[in-house]
This record gives sequence, structure tokens and C-alpha cells, in this order.
Amino acid sequence: MSSVVGSLNELLVSLFSDISLDVSFLFLLAVIIPGVVIFLIMTVNAIVAVYMERKVSAFMQDRLGPMEVGIFGFKGGKKFWGGIGQTIADAIKLLVKEDIIPNDADRFLMILAPFIIFIGAFVTFIGVPFSEGLIISDFNIGILYVIAMSSVGVIGIILAGWSSNNKWSLYGAMRAAAQIISYEIPIGLSLILVVIVVGSLEMSEIVKWQADNRWFIIHSPFAMLGFFIFFISGVAETNRVPFDIPEAESELVAGWMTEYSGFRWALFFLSEYTNMLIVCIIASVVFLGGWLSPFKIINLPYVDIIPDSFFILDGFYLGLFWLLIKAIFLIFVMMWFRWTFPRLRVDQLMYLCWKVFIPFALGNLVFICIWELLF
Amino acid sequence: MADLLFLFISILVIASAVNVVISSQLIYSAVSLLFTLFGVAGLYVFLYADFMAATQVIIYVGGILVLIIFGVMLTNKIDTPNIVSSSSNQVIGFFAASFLFLIQLAVIVKTDWKQGEVQQIEGTVDVIGSMLLWDYFLAFEVVSILLLAALIGAAFLSRRNA
Repeated sequence: MSSVVGSLNELLVSLFSDISLDVSFLFLLAVIIPGVVIFLIMTVNAIVAVYMERKVSAFMQDRLGPMEVGIFGFKGGKKFWGGIGQTIADAIKLLVKEDIIPNDADRFLMILAPFIIFIGAFVTFIGVPFSEGLIISDFNIGILYVIAMSSVGVIGIILAGWSSNNKWSLYGAMRAAAQIISYEIPIGLSLILVVIVVGSLEMSEIVKWQADNRWFIIHSPFAMLGFFIFFISGVAETNRVPFDIPEAESELVAGWMTEYSGFRWALFFLSEYTNMLIVCIIASVVFLGGWLSPFKIINLPYVDIIPDSFFILDGFYLGLFWLLIKAIFLIFVMMWFRWTFPRLRVDQLMYLCWKVFIPFALGNLVFICIWELLF
Repeated sequence: MADLLFLFISILVIASAVNVVISSQLIYSAVSLLFTLFGVAGLYVFLYADFMAATQVIIYVGGILVLIIFGVMLTNKIDTPNIVSSSSNQVIGFFAASFLFLIQLAVIVKTDWKQGEVQQIEGTVDVIGSMLLWDYFLAFEVVSILLLAALIGAAFLSRRNA
């Protein structure tokens, strides 16, 4: 399976074949361009997700949400498009806000911490696919790479909490670290299910298996349980309600982010929404058929309810469309959770992880092996 | 290009490893260790050991380093900003360290380094997996039991009325 960097490199080499340029320079260019694109995706994702978050919250609470800030023809009045300019205002506010570092804080670490978290979210994107062939690099350790890189952010969180020299921050960081490390285990264990069945860690292989057989979520009851364990743990991993104990407003002000403001707070914000997107895309790719059409849940040779040719988009773009639809639906579910469940206590959170998810995930692992041997 | 990257990663590993040792605040040592461990993962990538690199990041960066930082913060009073590492027995330490360094230097100089053929390996995961579960199965199981014993021991010690 081709990757973006590889094909971009070939394209650049063919484009600049007349001008004598150093090959390594072109390769560097082929690496930098996807980097910029990832950054743009992260920013756009955060902007859209914030607007969605506001509107979904308003919808859940029977309010209108942002209505005043409009742009172009969408100003005020109309029920849905009302506050479409709100996110732009939000972004500008974040960028021009004063950047404060407390006197007693550890300056160096406090500046370093947001970048560690941001880089953790940024590098994870290298292994995240968006459509068939649209992946920065299709490693043969795909899933493992994503798990590995998403575990880097914890260090940034701990450092942010510690360097702020603030009790709220420190408690928030401790809670976040305990929570994220714990929930990494059920996430890993439920992703191993698909690795056992497919026999590969490569993202494209996993989707190819689902195209040949069926979506992994309906492969077996254990796979379905695995999806729910993965997704709920993913919600915990991204520190969202009902697992937002590290930044519980009513107890800890803003947890480990309390002392941050301005651009460095914006980096936290950006990485948080990025992690949300990553969890949702990985859940869609691994369990929900990735870029396959939802009308092809099961691969039956002669039954094709709605063929791909029915849609205006073709192969590659259709894949992107379906994957984004699935991911955005899962993001919506996360926002839905937020207004449905009350926050868990710390002990309940740990109970859920260590005494419910991990035993079930381990049992899943055994049973799916038996299932594979039987069927 | 690759040489430049290798040089950069090597310098990063060595410089941050030195900083781990000489830094007077434990928390800075832990942060330096982050760069060391990441750099080592990068060196694994240079050796085509992709699985090793990812495992290195998961276990050392995501697990052990977090545990170290946790330990640094929790074993002291957590609101004390400076946790200082001190050094004692400096004279004896100097001699012991230089003795060890000389031995290692002798080994490095006297070894007849052989450069093998550079070959690109397509994925090491399959090989490692079948090796672990066929050829080295006994060793693998013994290590598992050791880890399990450590886990149970830690759980036993952390119980209040042990």
C-alpha cells in the first residue's frame, strides 16, 4: 500500500526532474508538506469541533447556543447557522490573550509541557489513515505506533501540572496520569483482538480484511464487546465527561491547565480535540470498517444493496467521506455522553477500569482465540 | 540526509543522557530521560527494528518514565518545588567510573568490528512473535512468571495491613 510521503516524493522527483535539485532536499519537502497538512487538519478539526460542541450542548439542553456572531449571509436569526462566526472569534481570542507564567512556576518545564502534549498528538497522525491510500505512512506496525505515540502526552500533562506550582494543577495532573495510564491497558487489549483475527498490525491490512469478510464489530460477540470497551476507554483517555476528573471544574478549577493561558493553553485545547478525532478515527478504522461503505457491512458476493457507483463521489473520495461520517458520528456520541452522564468519582473510575474493563478485555482475548479456532 | 539524522539522534541521546546524570534536580533528570529514550527508539528505527522502537516508546516512555516521574513527585512532599539529587563518595566514585570506562574503552578499541551487508527487512513482528512462542517459549514463560510474581508482590506490599 502506498503512503502519502512515498507518492509525494515520487511526484516531486518527477516534477523537478528538469531542475537539478538534491534528492534529499525533495525528500525533506515530501516530509514537510504532510506535516503542514496535519497541522491544518488539527486546527480545522478543533475549530469545527468547538462549534459542534457548542451547538450540540445547546441542542441537548434545549437552547439555541451561539447566535450573535455571524459572518457573511449567516448573521443571526436563522436557527442553526446563527453563531457560525463564533469559532473564529474564539480562535482570535485565544491567540491574542495574554500569556502568563506565574512567578514561582518552573519556567522551562511550563513552556515545554504543552509542546510535548502537542507533539504527542501531532506525531500520532502519521499512522492514522483517512481513506484508502491516504495515510502519511502505512507502517507495518500501524496500530502499535498509534498506541505508542498517544502514550507520550501523559508526560506533558504531568509536567504541566507539576511546573505550574499550584495544588489544583498538581492534583489534576496526578489524576490525569493515573487515569490515562490505567485506561491504556483496556485500549491495548481490545485492539489486540483485531490483530489476532487479522494477523497484521497494518492499517490497510485491517481494513482489507474487513472488506473481504465483515466489519470487525459484528465479527463475533467478543469483538462487539471489544468495541465498547475501546470506545469508552477512549473517552476516558481523552479526559472527557464523564471521565473528566483531571479537570473537574467544580473541584479543581481547570485541573492541570489552571495556570495556562493564551497560546499555550490553545495548544492543550488543540491536542485535546485532536486526540478525540484520533480515537474516533481509530475506532472507525479498526471496528467500523474504516473507509468501507456502511452498506457493505458483510461481504456477500451477489448482494449489493446500494453499490458504490450510486454515489457521486468515487472510490478514494467516497472512502474519505464514509470514514469522516463515522468519525464525526462517534465524536457526536462523545458529546452526547457529556450531557447524559454525571462525572464519576476517582474510585469509581479506577473500579471501572481495573475491575470491569480489564477482566472483560482479558476474557475477550481468550474467547476470541477459541472463536477463531472454532469458526 | 540519513547520516545527518543519525548524527542528530546520536547527539540527542548522548547529550540528554549526560544531562540525566549531571542535573541536580530529579525532575529535570526525568525530563532528559524522555529525550534519551526517544532517541534510542529512533536508533532502533535506523536498525530496521520497527517493533522494538514502538515497544520502547510504549514501555519506557509511556510506562516506566511516567512511573519514575510519579515516584519523584510522590515520595517527597508533593508541594516542595525542588527535589535535589546529591552526590556522595565523589573520589571513590570517580575512580570506579574511570576504571569501568577504561575497560569499556579497551573493549571498544580491541574489538574487530565487522560490517555486515545492509539488508532491508520487511517487518520484524512476525519473526519476533513466532520466535517467542516457539524457539524461546520456556524463557518467555519464565519471564512471564517472574513479572507476575513482581506484580503480586507489589500489590501485597501496597496493601495497608500487609
